[in-house]
Amino acid sequence: MFWYLLLLWGGISAVEVQRPRGVPLSKRPFYEENKPFTCLDGSRTIPFDRINDDYCDCQDGSDEPGTAACPNGNFHCTNAGFRPTFIPSSHVNDGICDCCDATDEYNSGAECQNTCRELWRKEKESMQKLAEIAKEGFLLKQQLIQEAKRGLEEKQTKLGEVQNSKKDLETNVEALRTAKEAAEQPEKEAKERHLKAWEEQNAAIRMEKDKVRMAEVFIELDADGDGFVSVAELLSHSEMDPDSSDGSFTEAEAQELLGGVDKVNTAAFETIWSKIREKYVSESNTDGPAPVETPQEEVREPVSDNDSEPYPDDDIPEEEDEDEDEDEDEDMDDGDYKSPPVTRTDEKKDDSEEGAMPPYDQETQNLIDAAQKARNEFEEAERALREVDDQIRNLEKEISFDFGPSSEFAYLYSQCYELTTGEYVYRLCPFNRVSQKPKYGGSETNLGTWGKWAGPEGNVYSVMKYEQGTGCWQGPNRSTTVKLTCGKETVVTSTSEPSRCEYLMEFTSPAVCQEAPDLEVSDIHEEL
Amino acid sequence: MVPVLVVWLALCLSGTWAVDRSNFKTCDQSSFCKRQRALKPGESPYRALLETMELTNTRLTLQLINDNNKVRLLLELYRLQGNMTRVKINELKPLKPRYEVPDVLVREPPTEPLSVLSQDENGVVLSLGVESQRVIVSAQPFRLDIVEGHNVLMSLNSRGLLAFEHLRMRKDTQAEPEAENKEEADTAHQAETTKEEEEKVEEGMWEETFKSHSDSKPNGPSAVSLDFSLPGVEHVYGIPEHADTLRLKTTDNGDPYRLYNLDVFQYELYNPMALYGAVPVMLAHNTQRTTGIFWLNAAETWVDISSNTAGKTVFGKMLDYVQGSSETPQTDVRWISESGIIDVFIMLGPTPKDIFSQYASLTGTQSFPPLSSLGYHQCRWNYNDQEDVRSVDAGFDEHDIPYDFIWLDIEHTDGKRYFTWDPHKFASPKDMLQGLKDKKRNMVAIVDPHIKVDSNYKIHNEIRSRGFYVKNKDGGDYEGWCWPGNAGYPDFTQPDMRAWWASMFSYDQYEGSMDNLYTWNDMNEPSVFNGPEVTMHKDAVHGSWEHRDVHNLYGLYVHRATMEGLIQRSGGVERPFVLTRAFFAGSQRYGAVWTGDNAAEWDHLKISIPMCLSLGLVGISFCGADVGGFFKSPSPELLVRWYQTGAYQPFFRAHAHLDTPRREPWLFGPENTALIREVIRQRYTFLPYWYQLFYHAYRTGEPVMRALWVEYPQDPATFAVDDEFLIGRDLLVHPVTEEGARGVTAFLPGKEEVWFDIHTFQKHNGAQNLYIPVTMSSIPVFQRGGSIIPRKLRVRRSSACMEHDPYTLFVALNTRRTAEGELYIDDGHTFNFDNKEFIHRRLFFSNNVLSSVNVAPEAQFTTKSWIERVVILGASKPRKVTLITAGKLKTAVCNKENKVFNVGCSFQVVLSVLHEQCLKEAPVFRVKIYFALFLFADGHKSQLDFDFDASVSVLTIRKPSMNAGEDWSMALQ
Repeated sequence: MFWYLLLLWGGISAVEVQRPRGVPLSKRPFYEENKPFTCLDGSRTIPFDRINDDYCDCQDGSDEPGTAACPNGNFHCTNAGFRPTFIPSSHVNDGICDCCDATDEYNSGAECQNTCRELWRKEKESMQKLAEIAKEGFLLKQQLIQEAKRGLEEKQTKLGEVQNSKKDLETNVEALRTAKEAAEQPEKEAKERHLKAWEEQNAAIRMEKDKVRMAEVFIELDADGDGFVSVAELLSHSEMDPDSSDGSFTEAEAQELLGGVDKVNTAAFETIWSKIREKYVSESNTDGPAPVETPQEEVREPVSDNDSEPYPDDDIPEEEDEDEDEDEDEDMDDGDYKSPPVTRTDEKKDDSEEGAMPPYDQETQNLIDAAQKARNEFEEAERALREVDDQIRNLEKEISFDFGPSSEFAYLYSQCYELTTGEYVYRLCPFNRVSQKPKYGGSETNLGTWGKWAGPEGNVYSVMKYEQGTGCWQGPNRSTTVKLTCGKETVVTSTSEPSRCEYLMEFTSPAVCQEAPDLEVSDIHEEL
Repeated sequence: MVPVLVVWLALCLSGTWAVDRSNFKTCDQSSFCKRQRALKPGESPYRALLETMELTNTRLTLQLINDNNKVRLLLELYRLQGNMTRVKINELKPLKPRYEVPDVLVREPPTEPLSVLSQDENGVVLSLGVESQRVIVSAQPFRLDIVEGHNVLMSLNSRGLLAFEHLRMRKDTQAEPEAENKEEADTAHQAETTKEEEEKVEEGMWEETFKSHSDSKPNGPSAVSLDFSLPGVEHVYGIPEHADTLRLKTTDNGDPYRLYNLDVFQYELYNPMALYGAVPVMLAHNTQRTTGIFWLNAAETWVDISSNTAGKTVFGKMLDYVQGSSETPQTDVRWISESGIIDVFIMLGPTPKDIFSQYASLTGTQSFPPLSSLGYHQCRWNYNDQEDVRSVDAGFDEHDIPYDFIWLDIEHTDGKRYFTWDPHKFASPKDMLQGLKDKKRNMVAIVDPHIKVDSNYKIHNEIRSRGFYVKNKDGGDYEGWCWPGNAGYPDFTQPDMRAWWASMFSYDQYEGSMDNLYTWNDMNEPSVFNGPEVTMHKDAVHGSWEHRDVHNLYGLYVHRATMEGLIQRSGGVERPFVLTRAFFAGSQRYGAVWTGDNAAEWDHLKISIPMCLSLGLVGISFCGADVGGFFKSPSPELLVRWYQTGAYQPFFRAHAHLDTPRREPWLFGPENTALIREVIRQRYTFLPYWYQLFYHAYRTGEPVMRALWVEYPQDPATFAVDDEFLIGRDLLVHPVTEEGARGVTAFLPGKEEVWFDIHTFQKHNGAQNLYIPVTMSSIPVFQRGGSIIPRKLRVRRSSACMEHDPYTLFVALNTRRTAEGELYIDDGHTFNFDNKEFIHRRLFFSNNVLSSVNVAPEAQFTTKSWIERVVILGASKPRKVTLITAGKLKTAVCNKENKVFNVGCSFQVVLSVLHEQCLKEAPVFRVKIYFALFLFADGHKSQLDFDFDASVSVLTIRKPSMNAGEDWSMALQ
């Protein structure tokens, strides 16, 4: 037991201020020699010799600052020459060197070297390096802030200008709209006239054709060629059964069709013709009705995994491109008056024999040309207005975008940065998207589009989050976390995939540099 | 159109997460199972030819004849030491030898003499020696009954389902007679038989296809089958591995339980489908007796279970006939294997612990694992690179969570070439391993048995050039698809292949390995992605045997060869740790198993209990399930509950699929981190108890994680319990496995028992269902009154960091105010314990005296660990507590280096004096801090401080400080 008793007494060095092992200077007053000790949580009071006696008496562990006896205790490493620190009591005498001054391993047999000065030297070096970077970076950052400020002002000016020009454009659009409408009215009337004349002409042609057909049918029906169509002759055409549902075409019915008589001559047939015209089937035309189209057997197969990818692997167009596409689509749709009428009639009229509508006469054509010109001018003005709207939207978006407290990140907007690894080229376009493309061919994968600033509270602008990238098999959509650290250059320094489909990028930028941290070096502590 | 649509619908309905059952055979799709299961009971064609009986000192032999085809069988009957009977049945003269499973029995089981008690023309009665136990051999129809007094313990072929498909020539043409292999004198008979047989040729006897795979079956039908009746038995257990309840179900209305090691993707629960491992051992239990059946056959096996008490009136009638009674409950089981012979060990108990010792005497005990492997294991598919490993390791320290092992899955290799490292991600594995070693932690890297076919890969080239690959039916190297793409499968059934494999683990062969790198064998069913049922073709060839014969043994051999490699690399000094997914009877000798690729679902958490309990019953104690669930992502609640359950199961490893989000313990917010930290720390406090239980398992074969009925065999209320379990006999665990649980109802067994909540020290009586309200931090765990559990409450970064830490003894008093327990200590990692380098003490409390007594005086070991605290639960307040030691301490103290410690000058003087005293070989002293001085106790008496908490009757004795290895006693007065 002697051995364990020995553990209690901390022998660090003769020159050190006497206090129980593992107690920081700041707490020394609580451990008054030879006086009863009250646990720091006040839960109980124990004799002084129970401090560091390798048995846990206080629930808060405060009676065993220098041993591993308490599960929740802390051991204070003085770390003379370096930064003092606390380690969990469980690290005391566990055979692993934790304190750089080796004071945590006073009875484990572990051979720990005092590395505090070496650590300090290294830390100083690296901190100096960091400080240099931070200093230069911070200067760059100031420039960036200035640039951003200028940029912002420019944009705001530009916005004002554009907004003004928008007003002019709007006036212009309205004027042109009126002009257009004024030109379209006579155009419309002339076109209607032209159409009406053409339709009348067509009607006359149709009537003539019908007469010819009637004569042909009479001859066809008059099977015995006696110049009359008789009931009997009519009966051979069962399709003319007025109540075709009962399936029998009776003599009485036929007689009724003939207007109550047994037979009719050519003239009288004229009155009957209108009744049978639709039903009559020519004998020469024996083709049955067109076969009903049978739908093909549908063979359904399970959807393969590849097909279920919600996003195609190929390039996702840039946003700007998409906008343009949409514009084009709209243009295609709303062009009723632009298309020549000729092409439309093709579909509507099944009687193609009538031919195309004759060209407009010169007068009409002049009116049309005038209207078209007015329309074109109007559209042109409208498009210009839309473009200005887009410009305003983009400007407003950029102006209101969260580019950091001093807009120091604004310079990243619409830029892209690449990093090439063994297999892939990674591309970070800040505030837009992150992607990955195989180095040796293959399609690009979206690793996420701009989501939000996602740093911890107090340092929100240290982490960017890109979300909703291409989906993963049985997993989430890809996403990327971008960690920003201070650097002179704006570079992607590393990428990794710590969890499936969750990417991590390290990104340096002067925009995250802080005022030179001189303070931290002075934090190093050289006790006594 | 219609079939297409149906298939499409089926795919839709089955969903993404269910097992694709169509990948695996039902009994009907396995031709031998279908044939055998079609046999009707009560029509046994087998007759014992009593005149052929031969009795030697060690065995009885007897011929059996099948009256339908006149094929003769040879029955061998052995009485084995330790109350077991072995029954072997083989063809008397098989066309070619039939496979007899080697390497599973630890030795040829020693026999005891059998003697004939009586004999007549209809049977023979043999004495089994003990307790008026006899075997009755009935001649026609042949059956065996094992009886004790007037009770039938077990009957074989009582339902007449013995079937033995003799090897035969394929009758492709009528011209070729097949008769020369037979023994009959009567040619007329023979002709008749031949004719009968021809009629019996069924589809699937000589060729069988499943899905697109065909099995050429060059040996034709070769199945064996036998039925067992268990009068008085309603509960049967064992035959793992199945994702089913602890108590086995009857199989009349579905498929039999299947034993065929398979890599089942996303397995479903509560069904008899085969899984990764197979142990053909069944335990039968009632309040009077426990018996066991060990069916030593490594081929595909199906086990049918029926019971007359499960409402089976048809069987009931027949069983009544067998039993001559209509009252007794009875369970009937039937084993069907595709090839090999019948070799069955009947273990007659009578207690559960007798069964464990009987089975252990046949197949060995659980290997004694290194202490560190009982700590917490952090695994994931995959830790991406060295930096990832470093940062996860640092995360544990940052969050003050202990762990002992970090694991690397297949991605750590260079293109799935095992024994190699990815040159970019793991460029300097030794640096990584050293970094872990500096924190006294370890690593496991995976080594699977499929070997990439790649002429630039040394391992492949060596195996190919040495002819060590399994062959296909045409004699070429068998190849299949697995992780590396095209792969060969080493023939681990060959001893020289295993020796070569083991040599690959030596430090000079396995580049980048170090002594803190251990091994994980996955995919050793073996898994063959493009093979039938995702495994190897049955007509693949292992030397002179078909894969059909050895299938269930393959994983055991892989495990064994790997374990031998780890032992050899240390010159036989260090204990190995190897985890396997596939296993067989005897695998317990080689390391740990886990329950394979489970899922992050509450039911999967629940099933981990019966799955590990079933394995424990058949000798495999080192069992665990992937904490958190392998597939899918657990909710934080499920993850926390899983940690709480896993921390109280033997093998404690978190694991996750590649496609799941990260789930290291600190990724779910500070509250969940704290909950997980707390439970992992609880695990570490109990490590001395776990270790001692594993020592016991190694010595006796008793399971570490125990079904309740094992300890309470006479209480039927325990027989089907599988939502709680015992660790050893002294800890009862009822984990919370329900989502959103507000409380659990735990069954506290034992009329005489009291149980103490380990967290609140509240006392509860046994033989009750106790409702326990729970919060997220609750893990209902109880210590049995009457037990003493040593714990180490100073939880550190890893188990090795805690090696020299002091113990706290938790003494839980029973109603007689007594308690007992043990303390086992050794170096924690070498085989030196086999050379008696350990401390084994018995702790007991009675008459208000707690004592520690050496139970292994011949053993020698010294420990720095001491007793820092004794907590007595259910105590009353003493006036004083006196410690009496025998005086062994002085060497331990005075051999220490001569250091002077001080805490201020006033004490330094005192201590110097004390130290001098020590140097003068003064009598051993004891220090009493309270008086700020020391006293020379002369190794005898000292008063101890204590606290008494009257509200829960807990007495805490402060710092008795005796060394854990010495004799002492402590009196409460």
